Amino acid sequence: MDQLSQHIVNALIMGGTYALLGIGLTLIFGIMRIVNFTHGELYALGAYMMYFFATILGLNFFVSIAFAIVAGMAVGSVIEFTLLRPKRGADIDTTMLLMIGAWIVLQNVEHLTWGGIAKSIPSPLPEQPLVIGPVSISWLRVMVLGVSLFLIAATYVLINRTKLGKAMRATFQDGGTAALMGVNVNAIYTTTFALGSGLGAAAGALLGPVFVVTPTMGDLASLKAFAIVILGGLGNITGAAIGGFMLAFAEEIGAGYISSGYRDAMGFLIIIVVLLFKPTGLFARSERIG
Amino acid sequence: MKRFLPYLAVAFFASVPLWLQDQYFLHTLVVTGIFIIAAMSLNLLLGYTGQLSLGHVAFFGIGAYVSALTSLGFSLSIFGVQITHEPWPAVVGVILGTIIAGLCGYLIGKLAFRVRGAYFVIVTISFAEVVRLVSLNWVELTNGPLALPGIPPLTLGFEWTGFATLWGKGQNYYVVLATIVLAYVLIKRIVNSPYGRAMIALRENETLATSVGVSVTKYLVLAAVISGAMAGTAGGLYAHYIQIIDPMVFMFLNTVTMVIMVITGGKGTLAGPLVGGLIFGIAPVILRDYVGPEVQWILYGLLMILIVFVLPEGIVPAVERWFTRKTGNSAAKRSALVLESSKGARS
Amino acid sequence: MSSAAVAAKPILAVEHVAVHFGGLIAISDMNFDVREGELVSLIGPNGAGKTTAFNVITGFLKPTKGRVTFRGESLNGLKPHEVTSLGLVRTFQRTSVFEKISVFENVLIGLHRRTKASLLGTILALPSERRAEAALREEVWEILRLVGIDHQADEMGGSLPYGDQRLLGVALALAANPSALLLDEPVSGMNASETGRFIDLLNKLRANGKTILLVEHDMPMVMGISDRIVVLNYGRIIANGTPSQIQNDPDVIQAYLGQGVKHA
Repeated sequence: MDQLSQHIVNALIMGGTYALLGIGLTLIFGIMRIVNFTHGELYALGAYMMYFFATILGLNFFVSIAFAIVAGMAVGSVIEFTLLRPKRGADIDTTMLLMIGAWIVLQNVEHLTWGGIAKSIPSPLPEQPLVIGPVSISWLRVMVLGVSLFLIAATYVLINRTKLGKAMRATFQDGGTAALMGVNVNAIYTTTFALGSGLGAAAGALLGPVFVVTPTMGDLASLKAFAIVILGGLGNITGAAIGGFMLAFAEEIGAGYISSGYRDAMGFLIIIVVLLFKPTGLFARSERIG
Repeated sequence: MKRFLPYLAVAFFASVPLWLQDQYFLHTLVVTGIFIIAAMSLNLLLGYTGQLSLGHVAFFGIGAYVSALTSLGFSLSIFGVQITHEPWPAVVGVILGTIIAGLCGYLIGKLAFRVRGAYFVIVTISFAEVVRLVSLNWVELTNGPLALPGIPPLTLGFEWTGFATLWGKGQNYYVVLATIVLAYVLIKRIVNSPYGRAMIALRENETLATSVGVSVTKYLVLAAVISGAMAGTAGGLYAHYIQIIDPMVFMFLNTVTMVIMVITGGKGTLAGPLVGGLIFGIAPVILRDYVGPEVQWILYGLLMILIVFVLPEGIVPAVERWFTRKTGNSAAKRSALVLESSKGARS
Repeated sequence: MSSAAVAAKPILAVEHVAVHFGGLIAISDMNFDVREGELVSLIGPNGAGKTTAFNVITGFLKPTKGRVTFRGESLNGLKPHEVTSLGLVRTFQRTSVFEKISVFENVLIGLHRRTKASLLGTILALPSERRAEAALREEVWEILRLVGIDHQADEMGGSLPYGDQRLLGVALALAANPSALLLDEPVSGMNASETGRFIDLLNKLRANGKTILLVEHDMPMVMGISDRIVVLNYGRIIANGTPSQIQNDPDVIQAYLGQGVKHA
């Protein structure tokens, strides 16, 4: 039982960052219909930026997180501007190939810049873990959960309570109509891609100090983000948030009770099972035909 | 001229081991050839049915592991039941690897063709990742990250001909070349038949294709089975040539390599994967004298982006068009179908 | 011509079919049949449910209620390609041809149902497969000549003039060897001479014994060629009879005047 509560707490903490990762990816898919293979690289970028600002430059931990997010948004904007904008309206396979190309370039640029050796980011928070009953958590992980919940809430407010969010939702419903209504769809696409990339980078900045930072860390992150998004239904933001926590729970339970080697396999098994029984994801509204 | 090109190409490549001195380059050609077979199989799915499979390396890896384990033998216990397999000849391994990879193609086809587009891509990636993680973690069977060493080389022949074991690069080269020719003929016959037409029809317009009676599931699953089996053969050849395999064969980058080969050469063309495969198989050998592997990958990534922007159809169709313009044969337009000539039957 | 058709048995029957999209009722309780050799037109204002009816009959859409039978066999639950293999083939309003494939090969694909190639025979390139392929090509020419686009065999489907694309769409459907043909607005967008050619083609097909169900807005054509007309409005049938009966039906006049359509 004690072990179970420890697993639940671990899952909750991972779930927050997974949700960020998933929301970022699903935003981009929902609004732009793009399967974004660079997402994991933005996650890795976030982690490297965290290493750069917090460890090399020695900036404040939270300021570094903010800078890492900004860096992610900047790189995301550049990708959108140079690769996707000229190919607006291209079919999904074409943009997918572009994103795969960009992903390979980004990953190897990171490798070239930082080298293949794993980097660790020391945490400024107390070493002594927080102990509540049978459960013990490091302060770093508590901070990770706090920041990710804050960012999820901020994204939610941005999308549901602001004028920008309204324009994004209109574009999500129907890009053509949104354009007729005076929404600058191109600007919305760039903003969406930047925002999604920023969320991916945020997840990397938060998990970088928890684990270690390597050039290939983005690969699994991309694939997990896909799993989360499939769980929640492509383009469904609330679904992605819930999907993030569900994947984290599945991984914790899988690692805790089956074998730790299969932790990373859980996401993919979930994808296969979900698509087998409910191809539109667990939280998708049924679409009208015709 | 165009009709004799395939024969000339085969004749040229058959002569290569006779005059090529550089053994490392010959080795590169063998590995390139194996990847070309895999790329050809991917092209059947990606090029002819229009389904982007990003888990293609799974079929390749399954073919490699099945073939390796069949010829090495293994012993493991499942739920307390002891299973021991004595080593079988390598050729049997390659055949079994082909069959099992084909069966996986069937399963993935059945599963994934309920979903299309982005979902299909993600299902195929997931499948490959699950297989990779199994190969990494089922240590009793696969030796996990420690790799399966000492895989025997292929032995060809019959009792009445005597046997030849393919230790050398040159011998393997010819086996791979022969397999490429076989795969080429197989794919050519399929895509020029009613089967291939049904696949292309589904790619071009699925609704219209079903309305004239084409069954989506039947033809997409068929393509997945043939494609998976062919990738499995490539994997088997790889295992017995390299003689050691580890879970790294399932790397996503290997799938990406195959995709780049097909896209660059020209998806949905017979020669596309061959041209793309040769370019990306040989490029590393030339580039490695100048730049490191990371820069190479950056160049490949940039090239892929460039191809999408500049030559979205790939090299082969572009060259074909240039050639037709050059020879002034403006009447010949390229149809998405690759039929020989529709004029033959005119009465 | 209509007297023979009236005597024949119904081969296509739509029985109590209803289609709901969520709360929206696209079709409510539709009943009509088409007899062997008959040409029936389905007309009605935009949004009346004509294309939805086509989608239900050909298996692209599942009816919420009711069933469709063809030669006594229920079509419920059949996939589009299975409906096609029973001999009931449709054309489409918009996507009617394979655009990036030549006209000849379009029809070759249409012949899919009639190919009996075996995979093994194909791979081994057996002489029997080659003979079958040559016979197929001969059939393509016959269909192209029937429809009147044989001189454009090497053009890309998408590069044909609009009217010829619609003809190619019909050729594709004919290649599937239908006993009943469902045509979805085949002459919309055609000019007068193209429409004239199309009517000639329809008459040729009828002479060959094809049963035809037509969705069309071109009233002069519908009135001139149909044996019977079924009028839909708001998802229900408001009239069913011969052209002269329909032209004098007060409900029909009301429906069309109400929509402000002047053709009728």
